[in-house]
Amino acid sequence: MMWAGEQLHQFKDHHREARVFAVRAAISFLMVVALFGVLLARYYRLQVTDHEVYATRSDRNRIHVRPIPPNRGLIYDAQGQLLADNRPTFTLSVVSERTSNLEQTLDHLANLIEVSERDRENFLKRLRQRRRPFEAVPLRYRLTEEEISRIAVNEFELEGVEIEAQLTRAYPKGALFAHTVGYVGRINERELSSFDQATYERYSGTHSIGKIGLERYYESELLGQVGSENIETNAHGRVLRTLEFTDPQPGKDLYLFLDSRLQQVAVDQLAGRRGSVVAIDVKTGGVLAMVSAPAYDPNLFVNGISYKDYRALNESRDLPLFNRSIQGQYPPGSTIKPMLGLGGLEAGVVDFDTHIFDPGYYQLENDERLYRDWKKGGHGRRVDLRQAIVESCDTFFYDMAFRMGVDSMHPFGDKFGLGERTRLDIPSERPGLWPSREWKERVRGLHWFPGDSLNISIGQGDVLTTPLQLAVMTATIASRGTHLRPRLVKQLGDQPTEREVVDQIEVQPQYWDYVHSAMEGVVHSARGTAHRISRGIGYKMAGKSGTAQVVGIAQDEEYDADKLDERQWDHALFIGFAPVEDPQIAVAIIVENGEHGSSAAGPIAREVFDTYFAMQAEDNAKP
Amino acid sequence: MKLSQDFVRRLPDSRHHFGRQQGLWQRLHIDPILLLILLALTCFGLVVLYSASGQSESMVKRQFVFFSIAYCVMFVVAQLDMQMVRRWSPWLYVGGIILLMLVILVGVGAKGAQRWISLGVVRFQPSEAMKIAVPVMTAAYFSTRSLPPKFTDIVVSMIIIMLPAVLIFMQPDLGTAILIAASGIIVVFMAGLPWRYIFGSLAMVGISIWPMWHWVMKDYQKQRVLTLLDPEADRLGAGWNIIQSKTAIGSGGLHGKGLFNGTQSQLDFLPESHTDFIIAVMAEELGLIGVIFLLSLYLLLIARGLHIAWTSQNTFNRLLAGSITLTFFVYVFVNIGMVAGMLPVVGVPLPLVSLGGTSIVTLMTSFGLLMAIATEKKKVVA
Repeated sequence: MMWAGEQLHQFKDHHREARVFAVRAAISFLMVVALFGVLLARYYRLQVTDHEVYATRSDRNRIHVRPIPPNRGLIYDAQGQLLADNRPTFTLSVVSERTSNLEQTLDHLANLIEVSERDRENFLKRLRQRRRPFEAVPLRYRLTEEEISRIAVNEFELEGVEIEAQLTRAYPKGALFAHTVGYVGRINERELSSFDQATYERYSGTHSIGKIGLERYYESELLGQVGSENIETNAHGRVLRTLEFTDPQPGKDLYLFLDSRLQQVAVDQLAGRRGSVVAIDVKTGGVLAMVSAPAYDPNLFVNGISYKDYRALNESRDLPLFNRSIQGQYPPGSTIKPMLGLGGLEAGVVDFDTHIFDPGYYQLENDERLYRDWKKGGHGRRVDLRQAIVESCDTFFYDMAFRMGVDSMHPFGDKFGLGERTRLDIPSERPGLWPSREWKERVRGLHWFPGDSLNISIGQGDVLTTPLQLAVMTATIASRGTHLRPRLVKQLGDQPTEREVVDQIEVQPQYWDYVHSAMEGVVHSARGTAHRISRGIGYKMAGKSGTAQVVGIAQDEEYDADKLDERQWDHALFIGFAPVEDPQIAVAIIVENGEHGSSAAGPIAREVFDTYFAMQAEDNAKP
Repeated sequence: MKLSQDFVRRLPDSRHHFGRQQGLWQRLHIDPILLLILLALTCFGLVVLYSASGQSESMVKRQFVFFSIAYCVMFVVAQLDMQMVRRWSPWLYVGGIILLMLVILVGVGAKGAQRWISLGVVRFQPSEAMKIAVPVMTAAYFSTRSLPPKFTDIVVSMIIIMLPAVLIFMQPDLGTAILIAASGIIVVFMAGLPWRYIFGSLAMVGISIWPMWHWVMKDYQKQRVLTLLDPEADRLGAGWNIIQSKTAIGSGGLHGKGLFNGTQSQLDFLPESHTDFIIAVMAEELGLIGVIFLLSLYLLLIARGLHIAWTSQNTFNRLLAGSITLTFFVYVFVNIGMVAGMLPVVGVPLPLVSLGGTSIVTLMTSFGLLMAIATEKKKVVA
């Protein structure tokens, strides 16, 4: 091919061309050297001047600190049976930073395993909460074997999806200890925002927290100390190796006074009814049984209870979530009489010879109102304190209360813990109410009337007690004045808990004997209100029955169970301890709408005591 | 290797100090200095690739095979008669243009671009051929002109250069289009493009930036530029590569983390670590010392190339050798600058180091031409 103008070639000035080229080549080479200098300067700046910055960034890139949650402390009953256990379950989590399209990954997962709309919502909610970058956020809990294998097979197309084995709280006894042991649940936003930095650190890697009961009260002991692991990951988040490892410290185990056998008996006895049984070790203040019926399965709460389940529990008329033992505030009825009898003796307003005539009612001077005895026609002539306790004569106590007055009654009851929280080692306890003159003026703005004293003397009116308070009061009577703080936990880790004397009540020794013997009469004498439960009994038991009005009965009306709705029937109460000679166990029982303390609540006490002594015999027989 | 009589050329007597060795190299049409530098770069490149590929032997073997083919091609090309190359350049050029048009019409697509023509078993990328054809054609054109070029010469040369560049840009392959245009423009510059044109066009580019930004550039293109200015703004998107490569380079420090010990590269934080971003791997593992070593080799290669151009005895050879050498520099500069976050991310491999098949062959073809020029010049004198 010939160029147009090829002929020009001959006339080219070769020297000039060569010179121009030489200049251009020289300039080019200088530019090349200069630009290499620019590159070198750039690399010098990156690699020498700013080296530290990038070295740190490179470490941050690949090294992640992963918290290792500690194992939560276990909870055992007195026999060493597990009440709260940790069991491995598999959780599916997603690390959003490692997914290229989160929505797509979630959709993909939903095709493989069941992911409910709620799981997804919760996941997104958790994702928005404060968390570390690259922290796995749980999507589904308790994966089945089949689900795990389905995920594993599709792993390559599930970016950022992790299956983690973790220990999850389990309550092998189910509902049996629901109200005392309580349960753990997922840490919610409110709890998270209340954490300070140190607490936040402690909970990294931990997803649950004690919500109620012992799980809540002993949360910080049960939790343990978080460990950590510095892991090297690649860009896809695959863990390649562990660089550093700090062991987590497991939480402390709890050993309780509660005994599954005793607890079971109490639950069986309350089956189908609403009520509470509290049994206390007289010597230690340890709670041997504590039942609130009906109960619920705490396992439902561990990984977040479903809305349906929660609504069923929350809206039930029987209030299964309500811990009657410490939150139920009931009028104690006649169960308060032995304690007040002691008060009357100690105050000197009655003595062993004091007796009254009981026509079936009591009347104050200048007051038309009749203060009725539960027994129509009365208990007759010469009713003394002993008979008043054995037969539960109201009139005697009306008279005694009138003479004693609230200013003498109130401080005495105070010493037994009425109207104040017992400081049992679970949260949410209610204080009950033990009225005083000062209280009435402050709260009601009214003066104290002598009639108010009469009402509280039979455990009615404004007085309210929790079953636990009654049990503590009973144990205090049984131990002749040693008012102990009740406690559920016998041993925390390897540290036994301390017996704590709240008050040592000074009452003449013969008065204790007298009241113990009167309470023994309630069960063992023919005229005792609870004599029916003494049949075939192999030990001496002291008790006192009570009946608490749920609805006020007008002056002229008779209480007639047939006319009332079952839920308005009187509550049945019973307190007791055994054996009388050397009291070991004290109980307080309430059966809501059980009508009569002696018939509804008394037999439960007998069963609990029988079981207790059988247990002791059994345990003693062991080598 | 038995050479046919046509390829044997006589040595001028004035070159005695090179002795018999020189004579042998001359007869084989091999430039020993260039070959030595190339071999050094190739070996170094293979080691870096071995590390960057996560110590994948198969990848290194593949690269080794490519290099073997490329060296053979280079030796063959080195035997060509440059006058013949000059005469054939229009055919090469026109053939390349036709193929580029075919690519647009019947090309095979990949990643949203049409760059290949499928020839049954092999896929052929015509833009690779144009990397050779454009400088050869431009140099050939100017070799027929009286230099420095007149305005009409410049217009003609610009048409020669821009036609393939535009066709490649349409594929779209902006990076290759720019580099091919650069290889031609370098020829124009070496031919003695008057300074007033150079400064005039630089001024025009400066003025046109604003209207380009507002009227011409597409959003994704603007995004690229913005990403370059502030990579951190789009951490997981376009900025990721730059952030990770800067982290790799910076964390390497002066001495580096040691060969095969780069965490950024070995743990897959660095994307495209064995192709375009391979220098970041080297910078991380061998440090600034490694970078200086590599840049020195490149500089030596460029110096040798420019020396060949300087000492060659006719315009065509001079311009072509200069263009080949400086285009090579542009590749090196753009890649190393891009990985360090100085220049926008355009897909340019690091010559002789990045994994590549056809690109290595193309590159070695151009070095073959350089060797042909280096060994031919004496005949002209004679």
